[in-house]
Amino acid sequence: MGQGVLLTAGADIDFMIHGVFSYELFGQTLWITTTHICVLIVLLIITGFCIAANRVIKRASDVPGTFQNIVELVVEMLDNMIGGVMGKFSPQFRNYIGTIFIFILVSNISGLFGLRAPTADYGVTLALGLITFTLIHFNKFRYKKAKGVLAELCDPWPFWAPINIIGYIAVPVSLSLRLFANVLSGTVMMALIYGLLAKFAIVWPAALHVYFDLFSGAIQTYVFCMLTMTYIADACTTE
Amino acid sequence: MGEFNTNFILGCSAIGAGLAVIAGIGPGVGQGIAAGHAAAAVGRNPGAKSDITSTMLLGQAVAETTGLYGLLIAMLLLFVKPLLP
Repeated sequence: MGQGVLLTAGADIDFMIHGVFSYELFGQTLWITTTHICVLIVLLIITGFCIAANRVIKRASDVPGTFQNIVELVVEMLDNMIGGVMGKFSPQFRNYIGTIFIFILVSNISGLFGLRAPTADYGVTLALGLITFTLIHFNKFRYKKAKGVLAELCDPWPFWAPINIIGYIAVPVSLSLRLFANVLSGTVMMALIYGLLAKFAIVWPAALHVYFDLFSGAIQTYVFCMLTMTYIADACTTE
Repeated sequence: MGEFNTNFILGCSAIGAGLAVIAGIGPGVGQGIAAGHAAAAVGRNPGAKSDITSTMLLGQAVAETTGLYGLLIAMLLLFVKPLLP
């Protein structure tokens, strides 16, 4: 009875990350987990899509076929979204934002295909948040120079700087926790339904999949990219 | 560490997890207010429905964060069990 209440109610509930095999590196035991494998699968799917898209676009025709249409639709949608928020800074960040958009979207949706969504691991989302953090501050130094950064740090008064620093650190933490907790809550809900209601879960969980995996995943992808773009554009803008 | 102590800590963790999920009240009220105002805005200007909907969803997703922090605390208490020595 050393287990939590939920885990004793049904033995089939399973939404944890599992280690697959471990290895030693510099005296540390490191684990290859299910998250790594799911990220690998997601990356392979995206790479396959990219190779196919590249092949189609190289022999693009004036009257697009189905696949060329899809590729053009995706690129156009991303361009519009990024251009609408970042304005004149959009050409430099189009690659990065487009990449994380497609990666997070496919990761979130991969719950639908029986994988454990990679974004339901805090390691993945924290890495994404830290990339955003680095980009924000790199661009701040690039556009506002050290003087502008210092002026912003001591915004109302110089002794306000520690609070501003806490505010800077809160950005990647809240970004990554939001994405992580949303995807995790979907994963947990689906695991509970399949575990506790296994006898009754016949067809109707499909509707919940539409909400938790497709809708919630797409909205959170959009929110993550939107906030990243807003923060970066804010860091680039000089008065 | 007796069995009683372990079970006591687990029980208290479960109560704490339940209390932490009460954080869901705040985002619920906030998202409801956002949805109500969005409905009013669509009533005034039905042409801007798609813009209003996307703005509302973005704001609601951001407002959801505080509730998710409560959920995370509950998850930590139930599954990671940080209070057990």
